[in-house]
Amino acid sequence: MARPMINARGVHKRFAAVEVLRGVSLAVDKGEVVAVIGPSGSGKSTFLRCLNHLETISRGRIDIEGETLVSTTADGVCRYAPDADIRRICRRMGMVFQHFNLFPHLTVLQNVIEAPITVKGLRRDEIVPRAEELLRKVGLLDRQTSHPSRLSGGQKQRVAIARALAMEPDIMLFDEPTSALDPELTGEVLRTIRELAEEHMTMLVVTHEMAFAREVASRVVFMDGGEILEARPARELFAAPEHPRTRAFLENML
Amino acid sequence: MDYLMRIIGPLAEGTGVTLQVFVISFVLAVPLGLALALVRVSRFAFVSGLVNGYIWLMRGTPLMLQMLFIYFALPFVPVIGVRLPDFPAAIVAFVLNYAAYFAEIFRAGIQSIDRGQYEAARVLGLSYPQTMRRIVLPQVCKRVLPPLSNETITLVKDTSLIYVLAMNDLLRAARGIVQRDFTTMPFVVAAAFYLLMTLVLTLAFQHLERKHAVYDG
Repeated sequence: MARPMINARGVHKRFAAVEVLRGVSLAVDKGEVVAVIGPSGSGKSTFLRCLNHLETISRGRIDIEGETLVSTTADGVCRYAPDADIRRICRRMGMVFQHFNLFPHLTVLQNVIEAPITVKGLRRDEIVPRAEELLRKVGLLDRQTSHPSRLSGGQKQRVAIARALAMEPDIMLFDEPTSALDPELTGEVLRTIRELAEEHMTMLVVTHEMAFAREVASRVVFMDGGEILEARPARELFAAPEHPRTRAFLENML
Repeated sequence: MDYLMRIIGPLAEGTGVTLQVFVISFVLAVPLGLALALVRVSRFAFVSGLVNGYIWLMRGTPLMLQMLFIYFALPFVPVIGVRLPDFPAAIVAFVLNYAAYFAEIFRAGIQSIDRGQYEAARVLGLSYPQTMRRIVLPQVCKRVLPPLSNETITLVKDTSLIYVLAMNDLLRAARGIVQRDFTTMPFVVAAAFYLLMTLVLTLAFQHLERKHAVYDG
């Protein structure tokens, strides 16, 4: 058994007095597409954000491709890797946000090539062909000189996906990628994510799109109250949810 | 008309002094203000607090007092005591004072940038300095243009304070002629000169704003 791409063990996260995550454990293997579903406030976005250090955890352990991002000693002290290691480890994960977070002062193409040039030190002529290929893939090559404000929500999110892919991540994290979109625009974004799944990109997708989770995810994780209540192959979970709260949630959603 | 031609010479000379003080102060105060703002928003609480105190001091006392202090009192301050000629003393006062105001403008601009921008930059691997330089500050520049333009125009007019150091700026030159010739004409001409300078600045800032208008947000 190869080591998991993401391995989270007993992750706890506390915001002041509120315990948002209460011991979340999840391993994601290479090429797996894991959908995380659950009611608002269940901690699913927070969990995702802990994986790439946008949030710090208060207890537990996270390994990314076998490298330890954070671990907790026997006496409960949470210890993160040195800053340089954190940056290196987290760079293997691309992330797509609910609100896109494109850089408004840059054009579509500039958004995609910014990090490869600034972070990886690539020359413009090295990265532009690759960026154009990515934009063609997400169907936005003809908009490469536009600024994000000229794009629809669905287009913005597809640029955000291309921007993340330009750093050639091993893992893609999606934090409710379609929640801020008009319903008629979710399809184009989900299609792009589905194509990535077909290329066996390892992905963790926090989503409210049940149909998408069922069709694309290899495994579905149901979270509620800061815990994972069920994590099973998509078909099984949707056909016969085991936990009563999963059942109640799915009945509400469908 | 003849009279006008005669007074325009000395008034133009005064305008030269005003412009020199303005340009040098502006060119030095903007980067200093930006640097102060960056320290102010940094995670280094101690120096951030120092900057905060500095801004309080500079905004909380009259600019004229600061100028008088730097020119007359600084030579007697132990350790840093230096005697500055009038022109450098005026520049130092304007730069120190206006940097505090510019710092607050830049701080407001930096803090108005959405947290999502920092997060997006961070997950792409950009360091904090890279994020500031490549992502945050270019957006800040656009947002601070209107308040910066405001403050810059105020600086033009505040240069008239240098009369307390007996420097012959535009306003003092005008006043001299008024007192000599018993006519208010020089004041009208001086007003026209100030208006002309601020008009040029207004247009320049408008041009910059239009240039940055290619994107929203």
